[in-house]
Amino acid sequence: MEKQPIISVKNLVKNYGDFAAVRDISFEVYEGEIFGLLGPNGAGKTTTLEIIETLRDKTSGEIVVDGFSVDTDAERIKQRIGVQLQAAGYYPNLNLSELIDLFSGLYGIKKKPLEMLEMVALTDKAKAKYKQLSGGQKQRFSIATTLINNPRIIFLDEPTTGLDPQARRNLWDLIIKIRDSGTTVVITTHYMDEAEVLCDRVAFVDGGKIVGIDTPDNFIDKLVASGFERRKEVKAATLEDVFIDLTGKEWRG
Amino acid sequence: MRFMSKYDHVGATLAIARASLRSILRSPSSVVFTLAFPLIFILVFGFIGGGGVKVDVGVAPGTDTVNPIYKALEQTAIIKLHKGLDTQSLNKNLSKGSLDAVLKIKSNGYIKSGDGKAHLTGGNAPYTVDVNYTTSSAKGDIFKSIITNIKNEVNIKFMQEVLSSRSGTNADDAVRAATNFQMAEVRESTITGRAYKTIDFILPGQLGFSLLSTGVFGTAFVFLSLRITLVIKRFFATPVKRASIVLGEALARICFSLIGALFIIIIGHFAFGFTLVHGVVTVINMLILSVIGLIVFMGFGFTVSGIAKNESSVPPIANIITLPQFLLSGTFFSIDNFPAWLQPLSRILPLTYLNDAMRKVAFEGAGLGDVTHQLLILLIWGVVIYTIAVKTFKWE
Repeated sequence: MEKQPIISVKNLVKNYGDFAAVRDISFEVYEGEIFGLLGPNGAGKTTTLEIIETLRDKTSGEIVVDGFSVDTDAERIKQRIGVQLQAAGYYPNLNLSELIDLFSGLYGIKKKPLEMLEMVALTDKAKAKYKQLSGGQKQRFSIATTLINNPRIIFLDEPTTGLDPQARRNLWDLIIKIRDSGTTVVITTHYMDEAEVLCDRVAFVDGGKIVGIDTPDNFIDKLVASGFERRKEVKAATLEDVFIDLTGKEWRG
Repeated sequence: MRFMSKYDHVGATLAIARASLRSILRSPSSVVFTLAFPLIFILVFGFIGGGGVKVDVGVAPGTDTVNPIYKALEQTAIIKLHKGLDTQSLNKNLSKGSLDAVLKIKSNGYIKSGDGKAHLTGGNAPYTVDVNYTTSSAKGDIFKSIITNIKNEVNIKFMQEVLSSRSGTNADDAVRAATNFQMAEVRESTITGRAYKTIDFILPGQLGFSLLSTGVFGTAFVFLSLRITLVIKRFFATPVKRASIVLGEALARICFSLIGALFIIIIGHFAFGFTLVHGVVTVINMLILSVIGLIVFMGFGFTVSGIAKNESSVPPIANIITLPQFLLSGTFFSIDNFPAWLQPLSRILPLTYLNDAMRKVAFEGAGLGDVTHQLLILLIWGVVIYTIAVKTFKWE
């Protein structure tokens, strides 16, 4: 399959005064893949994402999203991407249906709230307020709001942080479903097991630079080939597998 | 391609306005501040106020009591005429201030001929009215304006009768002149002779203060919390323009305040007899004033939201803006009652001018064209505060 870049980032630099948050980053995201940005806190992942999402100005560099430059076509880019922000709240005192209506208006399109909520299995919460949702439900709702404008690409910034194993796996299924329906997904996470399961390719960011970019399998193979050995003997299952086995796969909340 | 279709800014603005209005209506604090708070004050003052002003006027011995001026005074509700006092006790009471004025009306011989037409017997006016005021009472001024109006009315009526009794070449002119007088009379008579009730003073003040608190607190809290909870940032990830966000929020607040104002006016009018001189027209004028006031006050709200670091620092800053106006802008008491050194401060505050304009429109039946002075000062405040707001406002 010919891989078409849908996002291309060239020599991206972002300085906050004297502090260089992003130093000369270049990478491409291919159409229809789940692309992971991995790295420690403060590595510049969120800054990079927000510059691609046109939420933040860059110091220098060139970014093209689905054929449009962030410099000249920010509005067109906004119309074709969906953004989930880390820790973003929603308009107070509104229920989920009303919030979907609000976002439909903001994107200038008509969407039936229940249709959107059905995609993330939240139809029974249509009249609930965002605040009343569980952690997993909140994240699923956030993802629903990113899908309202039928985006070509969605950006998910640490969508599974703080979720229990069921909610996390449940979200993985949702993200894979979105990818399979043809939407490109860019995701950040601190969970490597998650990146391994979800991501078609990952980039490691550290100190504002990309230190490696490849498929999870290739990364692991290369490391093993270099003579790496785990301190602990690898077993056929993890403790999380035990957790799921003991507490069940059903969604909680 | 569907992405190429023109983005609907109006639709986005209205979507925000609708969301914001829903949110406001469900927020207990905004409903309490805009509706409950003013209504409680109106209830309290509506019940204890009641009566309104009374002017006590002594009638001097020998006054002609069958003339139209005297009759008009008898029919004026706020004037209480005291008859049967001798000159000495009249003077004593007047100097004590227990009488606000002493009146003496003398007939100069005005007669009607057999056909009912009026004629003057001599060169004098038909009646002479002598009024003595006192420095002990401030209500003499009220009496002065009432008696002046009655005098004008009576003079006009008399003039008409004289004119209508004339015949000959100038008849058309006479009719025209009489018609002009007639119109002037109607206008005058609607403005005077009404009892100024407590509610007429309290309600515009409460309405003004309700607009001030909605404008300042509501706007400041909403923009601060939208900023802190990253709601605005999430909005920025959609094609919506900043102007749409500000406009949508403003629109929602204006709608909410108009509903609140209408509610307060209707309750005031039907439950407490709040005076609406020209009925619906007066209400519409008051609502237009409300919008103007609210827009100015929202400028303060934008500024506060920019200065405040977090939600708990909003109330102190907002109170610095609202409390002085609550106390000094004639919300409860006329600023004329304040000590002279305080009055210049009162006359700086924007709420003073909104209250003033509201009272003129509601009670005196003024149109918006009659309160241009007040509107001009509100405009100046608007320009100043929005200049500051643009500098201090923060989006992130």
